Amino acid sequence: MTETLAAPLRHTPLHDRHVAMGARMVGFGGWSLPVQFTSIVTEHGAVRSGWGVFDVSHMGEFRVSGPEAREWLACLVPANLEALPVGRAVYTFFTRPTGGVVDDLIVYRFPDHFLLVVNASNRDKDWAWLQRHLPEALGGVHLEDVSDQWALLAVQGPRAAAELSRLSDQSLDQVPSFGITTLHLAGVDCPAGRTGYTGEDGFEVLVPADKATSVWDVLVAEGAIPCGLGARDTLRLEAGLPLYGHEWDDDTSPLEAGFGWAIRNPGPYLGRDAHVRQKAEGTARRLRGLRLTERAPAREGYSISDETGTIIGKVASGTYSPTLGHPVATAYLPSALEPGTVVSVRIRDRLVPAEVVALPFYRRPSTQPTGGSR
Amino acid sequence: MIRFSSSHEYARQEGDRFRIGITPFASEQLGDVVFVELPKVGRTYAAGEEFGVVESVKAVSSLYMPVAGTVVEVNDPVVQDPGLLNTDPMERGWMVVIESTDSSAFDALLTEEAYQAEIASH
Repeated sequence: MTETLAAPLRHTPLHDRHVAMGARMVGFGGWSLPVQFTSIVTEHGAVRSGWGVFDVSHMGEFRVSGPEAREWLACLVPANLEALPVGRAVYTFFTRPTGGVVDDLIVYRFPDHFLLVVNASNRDKDWAWLQRHLPEALGGVHLEDVSDQWALLAVQGPRAAAELSRLSDQSLDQVPSFGITTLHLAGVDCPAGRTGYTGEDGFEVLVPADKATSVWDVLVAEGAIPCGLGARDTLRLEAGLPLYGHEWDDDTSPLEAGFGWAIRNPGPYLGRDAHVRQKAEGTARRLRGLRLTERAPAREGYSISDETGTIIGKVASGTYSPTLGHPVATAYLPSALEPGTVVSVRIRDRLVPAEVVALPFYRRPSTQPTGGSR
Repeated sequence: MIRFSSSHEYARQEGDRFRIGITPFASEQLGDVVFVELPKVGRTYAAGEEFGVVESVKAVSSLYMPVAGTVVEVNDPVVQDPGLLNTDPMERGWMVVIESTDSSAFDALLTEEAYQAEIASH
């Protein structure tokens, strides 16, 4: 729980609201953010059974426009941007020529531009990466960091769509998963994607930074449970969603994490050769889930061994799963190791058994409209 | 009589025994506690020695023995239901009882007033 404060932490437009609500603030990726408002378990439960709101304004937003915007972006990501219609978003990556992940991001296609939503911790790195790969003949691509213009609110949970529909007085039934719409909230027009990072239905809502508190206040007054980073982490981990710096890094390919489905770009892009090779030959390791039967959570970095005592990997992320009631973890393990295998995790001075399972740990009941596939 | 450590354990004197647990401040800082590891009866500890671990959803914290002694009782209900550390850390959420061989460390611990002053400065 100790935070090392190298530089002053940045504040989102909602920082003072969080403090006033009594949230516990922590440093994350250079930002001061709420880790919890009341309790991680309570907030987690609200998103699994009702609806909650997260301030994720620390995420970076880059705007890409110009006549060559799509052609240029298509050279940097494995998604098929040609097949991405206006009004849709796609989850993808900036990948290195070696196939590793510079960052994972969502690309939103608006009528006259693309908006890239990137991880806060990678904002500077991504910006440098994009600058480095800008076309030499400038003019065709215009790149702008608009992060400070936007707050981003993730409204998530089985009731999120119905509540947003009520508050914005518009039907959202026709908005598919990864579809984009405009929500009218507190008198503000907010671009929003039917996306999220919790394993539940919901929307990620872009709010002009100076209107962030009005929109937040309306959502909370109307019953959205304010949720912090703690619940965001337990929710995403149960849903098997990777987090940069844990499951993703510059040396890890999307294929190793089971994201082969996201590699759809028919043209050349950075990392294509590596991905084609990995698709044909397979990868040596593969992201798996670990289900622990004992109570002690396996934490990041704990070593994993097989029945001979040989170390075969380490925990990428680990927590207690509030929904399942036992600890869960992720780890890159040899691909040959099948789900069902029992391995050992070293927790302090003990070796604790863990079952290798396929991700995710949690899948939401499929009763909600999901519209399209991604 | 009750005394407190700077690492947020309490020791409540009961004759020549001490009942050990963590303070409400510690429990609140931890958040939802999901796991507690406590020693077995018979283990002997020096003052300041690590005697167990408490884990919340988010964090792992070590427990340090405020007074030297031998464990004579372990609160099994708190191991079975770690949430007791959030709901009632001072009473039902106690952790171990130790029999002390040298209670001088107890006198060196913080009084309730001094402890409250210390956490108020956090």
